[in-house]
Amino acid sequence: MSSRSGSLLKNPWGKPRFLPLVTAMYILWSVVPVIIAIRFSFNAGRSRSVWQGFSTRWYVGTPEAAESVLYDPSLQSALIQSLKLAAITMLVATPLGVALAIGLARWRGRLAKPANFLMLFPLVTPEIVMGVALFLVFNHLYGFVAFGTWAQFLGHVTFSISFVVIIVRGRLFAIGRDYEEAAMDLGASQFQAMRRVLLPLLAPALLASFAIVFAISIDDFVISQFLSAGADTITIPVRLYSGARLAPPPSLNALATVLMVTTIGAVVIAGLLFRALGRRRGEEGSALESVAGFEL
Amino acid sequence: MPTNLQAAEYEAVGQKRLVWPGFAFPGVLWLILLFLVPFYAIFAVAMGYTDPVFNQPQPEWNPLYWDPTVFGEVLSDLFGGQLGVIALRTIGYVFAACALCLLIGYPVAYYVSRRAGRWRWLWLLLILAPFWINYLMRMMSWVNLLSPDGQVNRWLEVLGFDNPPSWLSGYHLVVILGLVYGYIPFFILPLFAALDRIDDATLEASRDLGASSTQTFWRVTWPLSRNGVLGGLVIVMLPMFGDYYTPNLLSGSPRTRMLGNTIDQFINQTTSQGGVGAALTIVLMFFVAGLMAYYLITINKATREARE
Repeated sequence: MSSRSGSLLKNPWGKPRFLPLVTAMYILWSVVPVIIAIRFSFNAGRSRSVWQGFSTRWYVGTPEAAESVLYDPSLQSALIQSLKLAAITMLVATPLGVALAIGLARWRGRLAKPANFLMLFPLVTPEIVMGVALFLVFNHLYGFVAFGTWAQFLGHVTFSISFVVIIVRGRLFAIGRDYEEAAMDLGASQFQAMRRVLLPLLAPALLASFAIVFAISIDDFVISQFLSAGADTITIPVRLYSGARLAPPPSLNALATVLMVTTIGAVVIAGLLFRALGRRRGEEGSALESVAGFEL
Repeated sequence: MPTNLQAAEYEAVGQKRLVWPGFAFPGVLWLILLFLVPFYAIFAVAMGYTDPVFNQPQPEWNPLYWDPTVFGEVLSDLFGGQLGVIALRTIGYVFAACALCLLIGYPVAYYVSRRAGRWRWLWLLLILAPFWINYLMRMMSWVNLLSPDGQVNRWLEVLGFDNPPSWLSGYHLVVILGLVYGYIPFFILPLFAALDRIDDATLEASRDLGASSTQTFWRVTWPLSRNGVLGGLVIVMLPMFGDYYTPNLLSGSPRTRMLGNTIDQFINQTTSQGGVGAALTIVLMFFVAGLMAYYLITINKATREARE
């Protein structure tokens, strides 16, 4: 006993028991509260701390009671708003980002570098700064943009574009230009080479971008909150925020669980697509690292 | 004829020149209109004036007419006023939370990257799980647990504590632990990547040359992972400094107010103080930019040294 504690003091990392213990405790700490929250979304009673039996009433309960995610007007509208916003953000941000990635990878002009730099900025700007900036600009300059869905959509696309560029850029460099040049040597025009050669090669990255943008958009809280307008445009995370302290029924947990399943579904799809793409190790790099790679 | 050919060539070259910027154009335009201009709007409002009729802040778009009064008031309040207390508290919270992130996160990242063996993929999956569970859901889970009639107090009652505290009413420690809980996955992941990149051969070489495992850790592993630690700390500091939802959910008391809460309040609620909110956002921005710059310079220096 004493010899073990002695060697533990001398070498805290070498003892194999200390590390797995800390890791296991960390994982319990990080996962168990969420599991408890999910469990109580299936509670038969109104309590979120006393288990009263299993039920799905908080998910699909009757329209008369209007207490489930499906039928409570405020939960239902949050769910719809979140899905709607994520879907349109995904459809607009992905093409914009893909085009930007291709353009930035090949454009050699004097303005290419500042453009690249501009693209990286949203990734390292704290969300609250972006939220304040967008709030003020829609308030004072772009008065024609209504707060609510429109403003939220513009905000979500703005922070999503850069993620798409990062995802697609890795793939672009891996593909190189050989295939396109071969196609053009064989008589294809630039446009044809892109459409028939580059785009099919980019397809997995493109689909993965759709899924990732969907996930980060539906998960966003700060921008959605700053740009919302009234109860109709509240998204799921904003609803969780405003409802959590008001002793809500388990339907709020159910709403959170629905969000979690949706996000994880989108990420799993993205992961499978990335896998199909055969992404090599070493291509990975965080956004911060790509900023760090910049010459100052 | 040759001139025609030349003209065609020029045209082709000209087209080629325009193709790639053309691809980038919509995205760049989007970012200019919805990222750069809004950024400028923060300055315009902070240096603007107050509409005397509606008592609402108005932007001043021309920098020649910028009025630094509000900005100056905010700065003087930051150095010696109520805002200063909030700023110090924010810095204290963030540093405490970062220290805890390092203390908890390093062993976890180290274990999963270097010692986890056959079940590595499972550990990794569990470490990644919080990334895709919404932040607000994770905070809500703790609100559930810590609420007056929540699970934690029920357990405490079982253990014989009669008057369990009401956790969500302004405890510094609850907010700090909430920040750690919320952001530690973002610290662990880059650190994991850095530790994972260390070549086993360097560690073996150190052992072969007679270093103990403690010495190997402090003289080889730790220096090689320092950039990962730094990167992880910057990644968690950026959102922590702008956080307002964590203290709001886990305390809601003015005792645990952070800078983000003040900004949120002046922009979203007391809109007549929008200028103050904008000025505070600028202060926050410069502070965070300073951190980023420090990080980038350190990393650049490290890569340059590694190259030499």
